[in-house]
Amino acid sequence: MNQALPMAGANVQVNLVGMSKNDYRGLPSTLCQGCGHNSIANQIISAAYEMNLVPENVVKFSGIGCSSKSPTYFLNRSFGFNGLHGRMPSIATGALFGDITMKGIGVSGDGDSASIGMGQFKHMMRRNVNMVYIVENNGVYGLTKGQFSATAEVGLTLKKQGINQYMPIDICMEAIASNATFVARSFAGDPKQVKELLKAAMAHKGLALLDIISPCVTFNNQDNAYHSYTWGKDHEAPLHEISFIPARDEIIIPDEFEEGTVREVEMHDGSSIVLKKLEHDYDPTSRFQALHKLEEAQENNWLVTGLIYLDTKKPALNEKYHLVDTALNRLTEKELRPGPETIKQINDLMF
Amino acid sequence: MTQRIVNDFSIVVGTANGSGSQTSNATILRALFKMGIPVSGKNLFPSNIQGLPTWYIIRASKDGYTARRDEREIVVAMNPNSFEKDQASVTPGGAFYYDDSIKAPVTRTDIVVYPMPVKQIVRNDPDIPSNLRDMIANMVYVGILAQMIGIDMEKIDAALSFAFKGRRKAVDLNLNVAKSAAAWAKANLEKKDPYYIEPMNKTDGLIMTDGNTAAAIGSIYGGVQFVGWYPITPATSLAEELNEYLPKLRKTPEGKETYAVVQAEDELAAIGMCVGAGWSGLRAMTSTSGPGLSLMTEFVGLAYFAEIPLVIWDVTRIGPSTGLPTRTSQGDLNFAANMGHGDTDNIILLPGSVNECFEFGWRAFDIAERIQTPVIVLSDLDFGMNQWMSEPFKYPDVPMDRGKILWEEDIKKLTEPWGRYLDKDGDGIPYRTLPGNRLPGSSYFTRGTGHDPYARYSEEAGVWETNMARIKKKFTTALEYLPKPVIENVDGARKGIITFGSTITAVHEARALLETEQGIKTNLLRLRALPIATEAKEFIAQQDKVYIVEMNRDGQLYEEILIAMPELASKLVSVAYSDGMPPTAKRITKEIMAMENTHKFGKESK
Repeated sequence: MNQALPMAGANVQVNLVGMSKNDYRGLPSTLCQGCGHNSIANQIISAAYEMNLVPENVVKFSGIGCSSKSPTYFLNRSFGFNGLHGRMPSIATGALFGDITMKGIGVSGDGDSASIGMGQFKHMMRRNVNMVYIVENNGVYGLTKGQFSATAEVGLTLKKQGINQYMPIDICMEAIASNATFVARSFAGDPKQVKELLKAAMAHKGLALLDIISPCVTFNNQDNAYHSYTWGKDHEAPLHEISFIPARDEIIIPDEFEEGTVREVEMHDGSSIVLKKLEHDYDPTSRFQALHKLEEAQENNWLVTGLIYLDTKKPALNEKYHLVDTALNRLTEKELRPGPETIKQINDLMF
Repeated sequence: MTQRIVNDFSIVVGTANGSGSQTSNATILRALFKMGIPVSGKNLFPSNIQGLPTWYIIRASKDGYTARRDEREIVVAMNPNSFEKDQASVTPGGAFYYDDSIKAPVTRTDIVVYPMPVKQIVRNDPDIPSNLRDMIANMVYVGILAQMIGIDMEKIDAALSFAFKGRRKAVDLNLNVAKSAAAWAKANLEKKDPYYIEPMNKTDGLIMTDGNTAAAIGSIYGGVQFVGWYPITPATSLAEELNEYLPKLRKTPEGKETYAVVQAEDELAAIGMCVGAGWSGLRAMTSTSGPGLSLMTEFVGLAYFAEIPLVIWDVTRIGPSTGLPTRTSQGDLNFAANMGHGDTDNIILLPGSVNECFEFGWRAFDIAERIQTPVIVLSDLDFGMNQWMSEPFKYPDVPMDRGKILWEEDIKKLTEPWGRYLDKDGDGIPYRTLPGNRLPGSSYFTRGTGHDPYARYSEEAGVWETNMARIKKKFTTALEYLPKPVIENVDGARKGIITFGSTITAVHEARALLETEQGIKTNLLRLRALPIATEAKEFIAQQDKVYIVEMNRDGQLYEEILIAMPELASKLVSVAYSDGMPPTAKRITKEIMAMENTHKFGKESK
């Protein structure tokens, strides 16, 4: 087919599952030059490579919008479903029942998730579907040429649109309020943090929400706008420096972290996230602290980034069902149609 | 006294919604059924939990007719708020039973009146806990009716045993009230009306059930694996029955489940989950009604275009808008057939009995997976929520058809590159792979945007047109997989009737009335699916005139047939009406006779 397999004999670096980085790539991007979404697609490729994901074990999802185009730019060997505007959550919820060993990676935008898809977004959080849910958040509708989205800050001025009159929606706050189990925020201009958070999200069992501020270079990149590169660089307040250590590696605190300033959070599979404390003694397992931190950031005009909230104890959606070991979509008539002897019993149950 | 009228009348019980009369009404219905008398039971309930008037109509018909009638030979009035209306509704010469605590005047002199000392009879039974008194009071009319018209007390026992799942204490509590009431009636009431029940043997081997239960169980035999649903009257009980019977029928010996049911946050999510599940290879279904179906439109268009199998049960209620949520209709036919913007056609199944609700329950999945498209099954409130006699459910007589699916080994055997939307077999139906297929190169990217035979994004005009033509071809292929119309030809008949769904029950009776009262013999075609079968065209061509009888305002099936075969338009006459109530044979006969007499064709303004 159309993906590039590593060539035999070529000196290509491969990961533990024998894949080169090329095996995680997608088609060329059709988004604007410099779009934050392209940078995120690249970090998804890197994170998947470093996490040794097998592309065939991943299903990609998206809604509609610029962000939702991006699943074609990574993991070309995976199944993908580019669905309806705001309805990625329901499609993914149903699809992932087909084979619960599959991991979902979904990419949505602020229009797709916080406006038209707000209902499905919140219900997906509370169902804890086993999926990485990335919101590429730029505060603007790109594909329809620059209207305000629900995450645009009040007072933002856009060409043709005038001044935004409405208060913005904070996606991370909405996720926490809806009982999401992994909530992180990052900035497309900080690729290292994006990648480390993506890796942690991939290791999380259940729904991992990443709200990534991803400037729109065409319609919303004025220096003073919240979703711009300049503003993001100037106002980013990381909660911690972050490093993700896969389960199979011996847990050694990375060199750049000083002993005594780190906090380690263990994931389901034994891997861990190492968080270097910065100014605050921040506990990402406390909902109270998480909401407090987001509120504080809003008041102080900070772009707070990092792992904001994590709960590794709640079961993922598929774990709440007592499903057979075989993937549901591999079951045959033998398992799916009750035997002929049962029909009499059923008729006897009627009057 | 006039001549006895046996096993051929309607009993209507008027109560207040939520007063616990369901058990009593079902008991009368089931007791008659167990006595071998053809019966049907219809619950006319308000959109309300407690307080508003509700009626239960039981029709006994020695001839086996199950349609609703307007005549009410026996009326039982338990609700002061509907007392006047109930009294006025009794057929002249009929019987009127009423709770004597209702302080309202009895004004009719052309009916037989039986006051019932309900409170006194219940009070005299020391075993009844005071908190159950009001509920159990409804057993008084069961006992009095049993005595006055001749229902076997042992059949009442059997009916109660079924209702209370054999819990003897509950059965006895109810049964004793019925017996005391019967004893009171024997001692105190003199039979003056002509209506009697006598045992027959016309229900031997039959079961009694409702369409939603039948659909749920049928779906389970069809191997349903995913249910995404949202509550809406009158479809709610379909999903609830799935929850009832799936654990009974579809757990492995180890107690593991081969299915998943998710109650969604709305119909958008319910259908979205089904689209996802159907895409990943699960037999997915949802149940809904008009307002929910409206919300599902965008997803149905996506599933049509991305070629994703799934099954939607629309248990139709009357609309538009919220309409009358507890009243029936066949008003969603056109909408369902074309739902989705742009060029869409959908496969519609039209069950004509609760038994077919079972059959189409499993068959719908075979068709959806074979054609790779949504299948919408149009039941309605009358089938879905009312009680019907039925042949027992019949085990599927054909193996499951999972359609064209390629797993790892299948792909390896291919000699040419596989394309998700490639028409390899010339029948319009492509091959699909499913997420979880681990063979590199088996995956594809699904989208609602334009795509070529290899599922690649394309805005090319020719690619679009070719793809849409191929999709259309699937619907010609579909004809060989869809249930054929049921045709009944009568010697010497030159006129035909076409109908579908629950309206058939009234049409059966109307045909008899047309023949016996008007001397008009009719042939019958009951349509069971859209797109319309070629047999329908042949049928119409053979008739001088064809009446298309349906339960909606505009004659929606008439319109579908007109579009499908405009050359036969001059033979078609629309007989359509809809008021929320299941149609009656008398009304249909009247409408047809009006058309016969005017000799006009097409739609008439009424």
